[in-house]
Amino acid sequence: MLKSIDRPTLIASSFIVIILLAGTVYTVITQGNATFIEPAYLLQQLKIAAFLGIVAAGMMMVILLGHIDLSVAWTIAASAMLATAVGGAWAIPVGLGVGLAVGLVNGIGVAFLRVPAMIFTLGVNAVLRGLMVMLTGGFAPQADATKFMIWLATGRPLGIANSVLVWAVISAALVFMLTRTPFGRYIYAVGNREAATYLSGINTRLVLIGSFVICSMCAALAGLLIAGYSSKAFQAMGDAYLLPAIAAVVVGGTNILGGQGRYSGTIVGTILIVLLQSVLSVAQMPEAGRQVIYGLVIIVMLLVYGRGSVVRA
Amino acid sequence: MNNLRLRFSQNTGLWLGVALFVALYVFYSTLHPKGWSVDLLVQNSNESFALIMVSMAQTVPVITGGIDLSVGPMMTMVNCLASVLVSGSPLAIVLGILACLAAGALAGFVNGCIVVFGRIQPIIVTLATGAIYIGISLFLRPSPGGKIDDNLSWVATNALAEMDSTFHWFAGGAPTWFSHGPGRLPVPIVLIVLIVLLVWIPFRNTVTGRGCYAVGSAEGAAYMSGLRIGRSKIAAYTIGGLFAAFGGVYLALQTGSGNADIPQAGAYTLNSIAAVVVGGTSLFGGNGGAVGSVFGALVLRAISFCFRVVDSNGPFGFLGNPLLQPIFEGVILLLAVSLGAARVFRVKNRLSLFT
Amino acid sequence: MHSLTQAPFLSLAGISKRYGGVRALANVDFACQRGSIHAVLGENGAGKSTLIKIISGVVQPDEGTITLDGHAVTFPNPQAANAAGIVCIFQELSLMPDLSVADNIGITSPPRRFGLIDRRAQRRRAEELLARVGCEDINPLMRVRQLPLSRRQMVEIAKALGRNPKLLVLDEATSALTAADVDKVYAILHGLRDAGLSLLYISHRMHEIDALADTCSVFRNGQHIDTFAKGARTEEQIVQMMIGREWRNVYPPKPVRNERPAPALELRDIGWEDRLSGISLTVGRGEIVGLGGLDGQGQRELLLALFGVLRGVSGEIRINGERRRISSPAEAKHEAVGMALIPEDRKTEGLMLPMSVRDNISIAALGSMTHGIVVDRARESARIEEIAAKLKIKFGNIGDAVATLSGGNQQKVVIAKWLLTGARIVLLNDPTRGIDVGTKQEIYQLLRDLADSGTAILFYSTDYDELIGCCDRVLILYDGRIVRELEGADITEANIVASSLNLSLDAAKAPHA
Repeated sequence: MLKSIDRPTLIASSFIVIILLAGTVYTVITQGNATFIEPAYLLQQLKIAAFLGIVAAGMMMVILLGHIDLSVAWTIAASAMLATAVGGAWAIPVGLGVGLAVGLVNGIGVAFLRVPAMIFTLGVNAVLRGLMVMLTGGFAPQADATKFMIWLATGRPLGIANSVLVWAVISAALVFMLTRTPFGRYIYAVGNREAATYLSGINTRLVLIGSFVICSMCAALAGLLIAGYSSKAFQAMGDAYLLPAIAAVVVGGTNILGGQGRYSGTIVGTILIVLLQSVLSVAQMPEAGRQVIYGLVIIVMLLVYGRGSVVRA
Repeated sequence: MNNLRLRFSQNTGLWLGVALFVALYVFYSTLHPKGWSVDLLVQNSNESFALIMVSMAQTVPVITGGIDLSVGPMMTMVNCLASVLVSGSPLAIVLGILACLAAGALAGFVNGCIVVFGRIQPIIVTLATGAIYIGISLFLRPSPGGKIDDNLSWVATNALAEMDSTFHWFAGGAPTWFSHGPGRLPVPIVLIVLIVLLVWIPFRNTVTGRGCYAVGSAEGAAYMSGLRIGRSKIAAYTIGGLFAAFGGVYLALQTGSGNADIPQAGAYTLNSIAAVVVGGTSLFGGNGGAVGSVFGALVLRAISFCFRVVDSNGPFGFLGNPLLQPIFEGVILLLAVSLGAARVFRVKNRLSLFT
Repeated sequence: MHSLTQAPFLSLAGISKRYGGVRALANVDFACQRGSIHAVLGENGAGKSTLIKIISGVVQPDEGTITLDGHAVTFPNPQAANAAGIVCIFQELSLMPDLSVADNIGITSPPRRFGLIDRRAQRRRAEELLARVGCEDINPLMRVRQLPLSRRQMVEIAKALGRNPKLLVLDEATSALTAADVDKVYAILHGLRDAGLSLLYISHRMHEIDALADTCSVFRNGQHIDTFAKGARTEEQIVQMMIGREWRNVYPPKPVRNERPAPALELRDIGWEDRLSGISLTVGRGEIVGLGGLDGQGQRELLLALFGVLRGVSGEIRINGERRRISSPAEAKHEAVGMALIPEDRKTEGLMLPMSVRDNISIAALGSMTHGIVVDRARESARIEEIAAKLKIKFGNIGDAVATLSGGNQQKVVIAKWLLTGARIVLLNDPTRGIDVGTKQEIYQLLRDLADSGTAILFYSTDYDELIGCCDRVLILYDGRIVRELEGADITEANIVASSLNLSLDAAKAPHA
């Protein structure tokens, strides 16, 4: 597993360099500065990337299984809303508890009921949204994020924003899990061939449920951080993270059909997506152009290394 | 008779969808304070048209075993395009509508080509092209607005009889057989029937269209049988784009404007997947059909209609609470998609769960 | 009949094909005549499938030319071969399970009206074709999914006939048929031959070749060894050509026993759905017990039932005398039971093909190679190396994808995976299918070694020779029941065949098999 850096990671990394260089050329010409390669800018981007990175990290676990979780959008929002509503010391446990509960429901739906994850998590997403509308009356929640949540998202006792540290800790834990523990091996095995894994005497249902729980808890944690960052929870705060998270995982070289992918790719994919969005907005690209470029980049990256094999029976 | 029963049993998903819709709609119209009326039907069908089209658009790629996350964005893009093109002289309007439909089909064609020639998973392709189509929508219509021909808007969203009073088909006024008979039919329903009869049914009965089912059922076997699987897949996404375009044009007529509404596009895409499943099409591909999805979409719409009419003072008054509607919709959706799980508990060979 | 001087309908010259580093066909010349049934024989991996895939346009040769009816042709895809009148009936069925029988039969060129499929005409045509293969009982509106495997194969044959073939290729096309259908198919094939068609018939069943073929060709190791008229070679000669050496001593000697060994696995009255009923058997420590009979008589289901895969199994399972309930492979693997299953299809049930050799070997025993929650990599590597050396698994690098290995080595990986768990009861589901002779021999030796070290082995094979050569006892299943137990010198081909057809042993002496 510690072999040379794999191809998707390498290509995505070089693409990051290209984005930064192109952006720098642009700012040097138009504004006379090199914003994009200043450490302050890059650190700021990393701080923003942490939110997406944590969501993508969890998403990667279910994509490795060959499934997907479309409920992260409202898991993020539900965790943040309940945490801010409860407040105090219980804010964080409540938020993470939301993640645990959602993950269990998703996992049971996929592992026991065998409903395709895409449609089941879609339903869970709708239920979560409904719950939040019921609780908040459809208005922006009034309660503020707790001091601890704000500190967790924006404090920087070590010189680097805490959110980045949280992302780093999560990443280290997931890399450890994927490469060193049996559970990690089982995730890849289920993603490649669930029948063979089952017949190898492995409880594949537990693997499925565990992965969905990890995914939802990551989303819940991201929700807490985002609420801390903006010092509030708000309706639909997770919607902007669902598709970019999937894109980050896939651009990072994880096969959407499951079974293949390295965690390093997901980190690079996340940074790529965040930088792309940032550079385009600094370059005052209108939203229309940003969307088009965003889509083109995903397609081009996958054409370079994500092509499947031809069907030959 | 035996064959009839066979056909019925092969389409239980569709019939479940139909039955669910009929039950919900009867419930809704009996509870409605003014009772069932043509006006109500017109209103309901207007509200359902775009979702029905987008669900049909989703169905065809799903039959091939793929998925199209760009149906909402394609609809939005065509909606914005229509707000630019569909006004002016009658000829300009006709050409404008044709251009809108062509644009939708082209967008679908692009999806299909990337899936087939780029050999990338459909879910990712359409995720990316969806962003592109949203970008184009924003480019066409940075802020909501635009102009749609008023007469056309009026007739497209009312009963057929209004078409006559606007365009004066019958010299000296409509005969009673028309104004009291077919004239009372809402135009959107007529349009849906026409689209199903003139686009979907013929497509399904071509070799390419049936190839979509074959590819979704067993791609390897389809290849071995000498089918052109690439052609079928591209056709599936193209016709999906065309259906989405119908929805986009109609949305423009209904709202009188174009709006590059990103959350709305996402909601349509997600609801289309739900509608496809409720309408009896398997997400694994190979079976189902667009007619089922019409009813799947109607079921989703009927659910939200029902919440409007619950007596807020009655025993089930809490159902009428608008704040509770989203959660009931979600729970019903979740229950509907979990119905298929009954199969899981009847399975005797657990290996068959993993296919 | 035909004369060999007549210009062949199809001829291949100098055809070669490589897959990656593996040579599938080397400089093959081959021809088949009109009005003849031409059998192609060879071990799995001899190059038969590649030959067919080239003829039918599924793969393209690296070198060589194809001549059809005197004209040089190339087939870039199956459609091109179809258009030239070459139609294949493949072993892996080329039917779409969610489509109706009529749709399947008319899939590429249905009758059309105004460009649209004429469903009524299509149904009539399907009915005609089904009648031609004697399957009037199949309703063309049924989905293929609803049909049992044997009926599907008849649909497949009807589908092929509907394409008006000039050259019909049958690849193990009768393997799933019922005895009654086999006779119908033979009659059809003879009729087609008499009508002047060329037929290529791939099979490994000697008696089928006797009944059908006019000409035989033998392939081995990607090479065309010989072509001869039926009857020109004895069965022994043919077998020797196929395997390239004497078919002797491939089986390790069986131990001589004076008394029954202590039972490791006992079954009492096992039943499941309508596929298994009243199965009682015992497998002793150190014993290899074979399961025989025609394909599809419940042998697979029995193994799956033991391994906890099937739901609703009735009866009693005792492991080392203690009654156990096994409701999942995880429970079967558990120390208290210590069972292993080498599944039927290693590509979908045995292996995670894109994953490494290491990951595949250690997956089942991973739980026992941990330090806390961490995989003890040193221990993992040591045990994998040990087992890989013991089984002589050949691979480039332990981190290579298992998909890059040959079929025989892949099967060894599956076996290695289970040996690492320390299983004391090993169930094998036709483990030598698609494996070269050398590896087969190694597997036989391995099984005997395992048995000698006290493992109980229950072994299902579709190959009678294997049952005869390997097993201490053989149980014959028919229609989900054990109809006969053969032991020692009674394990003969005649006895197995007779019991498989559920005939009394006397009837077997009649000139039938």
